[in-house]
Amino acid sequence: MPEPEVIITAQKIGKYFYEPEKFKVLNDVSFEAYRGEFLTLVGKSGSGKSTLLYCLSTMDTDYEGELFIASEKVTGQTPNQLAALRNHSIGFVFQFHYLLPEFSCLKNVMIPALKMGKYKAAEIEERAYQQLDLLGLKDQALKPASKLSGGQQQRVSIARALINEPKIVLCDEPTGNLDSKNAQIVFDIFKKLSTENQQTIIAVTHDADFAAASDRIIELADGSIL
Amino acid sequence: MAINVNLDIALTHILTRKRQTLVASLGVTIGIGMYIFMNSLMAGFGQYSRKEIFKTNPHLRIFREDERSEPIYPSSAGEKMKRVLINPALTTSSKALNNPEKLLEMVRNMPFVTTAAPQVNVDVFYNKGNSQRKGITNGINIDAADAMFNIRSTMVSGSLDNLQGNLDGIVIGRGLAEKLSLNLGENLTISSSKGVLKIMKIVGVFSANNKNSDDTKSYINLSAAQQLAREGTTFVTDIYANTIDPDRAAEFSTQIQTLTPYKVDPWQVTNADLLSGEKIRDVMGNTVTLSILLVAAFGIYNIMNMTITQKMNDIAILKAIGFNGRDIVRIFLTESIIMGTLGVLAGLLVGGLCIHFLSKVYVGGPSGYFPIYFEPKVFGLGAFFGILATSLAGYLPARKAANVDPVTIFRR
Ligand SMILES: Nc1ncnc2c1ncn2[C@@H]1O[C@H](COP(=O)(O)OP(=O)(O)O)[C@@H](O)[C@H]1O
Ligand SMILES: [Mg+2]
Repeated sequence: MPEPEVIITAQKIGKYFYEPEKFKVLNDVSFEAYRGEFLTLVGKSGSGKSTLLYCLSTMDTDYEGELFIASEKVTGQTPNQLAALRNHSIGFVFQFHYLLPEFSCLKNVMIPALKMGKYKAAEIEERAYQQLDLLGLKDQALKPASKLSGGQQQRVSIARALINEPKIVLCDEPTGNLDSKNAQIVFDIFKKLSTENQQTIIAVTHDADFAAASDRIIELADGSIL
Repeated sequence: MAINVNLDIALTHILTRKRQTLVASLGVTIGIGMYIFMNSLMAGFGQYSRKEIFKTNPHLRIFREDERSEPIYPSSAGEKMKRVLINPALTTSSKALNNPEKLLEMVRNMPFVTTAAPQVNVDVFYNKGNSQRKGITNGINIDAADAMFNIRSTMVSGSLDNLQGNLDGIVIGRGLAEKLSLNLGENLTISSSKGVLKIMKIVGVFSANNKNSDDTKSYINLSAAQQLAREGTTFVTDIYANTIDPDRAAEFSTQIQTLTPYKVDPWQVTNADLLSGEKIRDVMGNTVTLSILLVAAFGIYNIMNMTITQKMNDIAILKAIGFNGRDIVRIFLTESIIMGTLGVLAGLLVGGLCIHFLSKVYVGGPSGYFPIYFEPKVFGLGAFFGILATSLAGYLPARKAANVDPVTIFRR
């Protein structure tokens, strides 16, 4: 078996909050994630899971330590470089299903791909339909995002995170709003992405079964990896 | 490609908030409409008052300035000479231009001169019975003077052509005719300071809609005026010239000045008081319209600020999925520019309609229709200022949007 390729390296990631008083949310977190790995991040509420995910997503740059993605140092890159990196290499599913309310579901899914500009609009639309179909939302495609239920919105945001086939998909409680049937669908999709497409998934979850079925579990407690 | 997504997003935002778009655009519409209307009004008045000026004033006037008597011993003679007490006074020497024919020829040959005419202006008294009025009679070359001032168009009765070759004929202003209750065909005695008395027959009455000129001015033949001045046939007091562009009169006057020792005054000098009033009016008008424009731009600024505050989530999402600061600025700037452009277009229309309707209003009297015209320059400037102001007004909030930190938003 070949040596697994490291896709994310977190080196002593430390993060402070200063309000209401200074305290260290992330305590020198170091770990590696591999290409094609399906990782779950667990821990009590308030243990720093979301905070870590924001650092990994490159949106939060106010941390100590160093972060590498695909052996390239991310820490210290310019905001524009990071935006481009997020666009083509990182998919993000937020804890509270954030969609653009004025746009149709289909458009929401298409926007990251339109931004990347690698494919023609027609191809992108085709692929967005496929993604939505995979998540059981094909018939909702043309509805405005604001007209969907919470669970449906969450699945649309998963489709959006996947549209550019990013190397890394970061999810903050992706199944939090889903019934067990849809949670299973999402799990299966992630599993397939990691095994077939060699994409790396890091998902925060409270669902023990979901975590247990993943490749590896990282547990956080008070900002440190157990 | 990315530019298209930005535009797509901007358009969607605009279309889903039609009311705000409308309100913001309406502000610009009113601003631009007012700007165009006020400026056209001012330009119309300017054009009108200029037309009035050129009814009685040439673009350039060449004349002999009153001279003071010079000391007999030139001061350059220095210390050796004794200073002689002198009493400086206006010379009584004639106001005649020397060799006017040659000067006239040279002026006519200047490439920028369209018409030039000699004139003999004589201060006179108009007498009828016991009443007497002071005034000035212009001895003119009829066709040349008409070419310059379009006197024919100002005639209210009689005809300028009756003056042609009629040395005893006179055309007087309407005000003068009324004050001395003179009618066409009646006789009028005029006397000059040189003591010449002439009985003239009124062959025409003009009105230049200018009280001063209507009350004091009259036209007679050049040679009749020369007789009044007790001078010969070469006597000319003024040479009047019109040019291709009255706005460049000052520049032309300095060019002609190199040809002659006599004074060459552009019309702006002769009418300085009128023009300074016009300048004050322009400053006032510009201040008003620019303030309105500023308020309109502030409207856009406000609405964009509100939009951005309401769209913090969307901005955070866009940044999370890879839109950079420049994209965000583009999106929101595009929205302002669309609102601005809509407002400007409607403003051009509103301004145009105002001008159209006002220009159809008959004010009566000397002015006729309201003096307001379509000035392409005003429309161009209005559009330019409108787009500029809304772009600036949109840029500041857009900049703010670009600096939104997505993580802070997602944590809320
Ligand atoms: N903006 C903030 N300012 C101060 N403290 C914060 C802020 N955001 C989160 N925290 C604190 O940081 C800790 C970790 O939060 P978070 O990463 O959201 O935890 P988790 O996602 O594991 O529930 C919590 O104690 C939370 O109260
Ligand atoms: Mg969390």
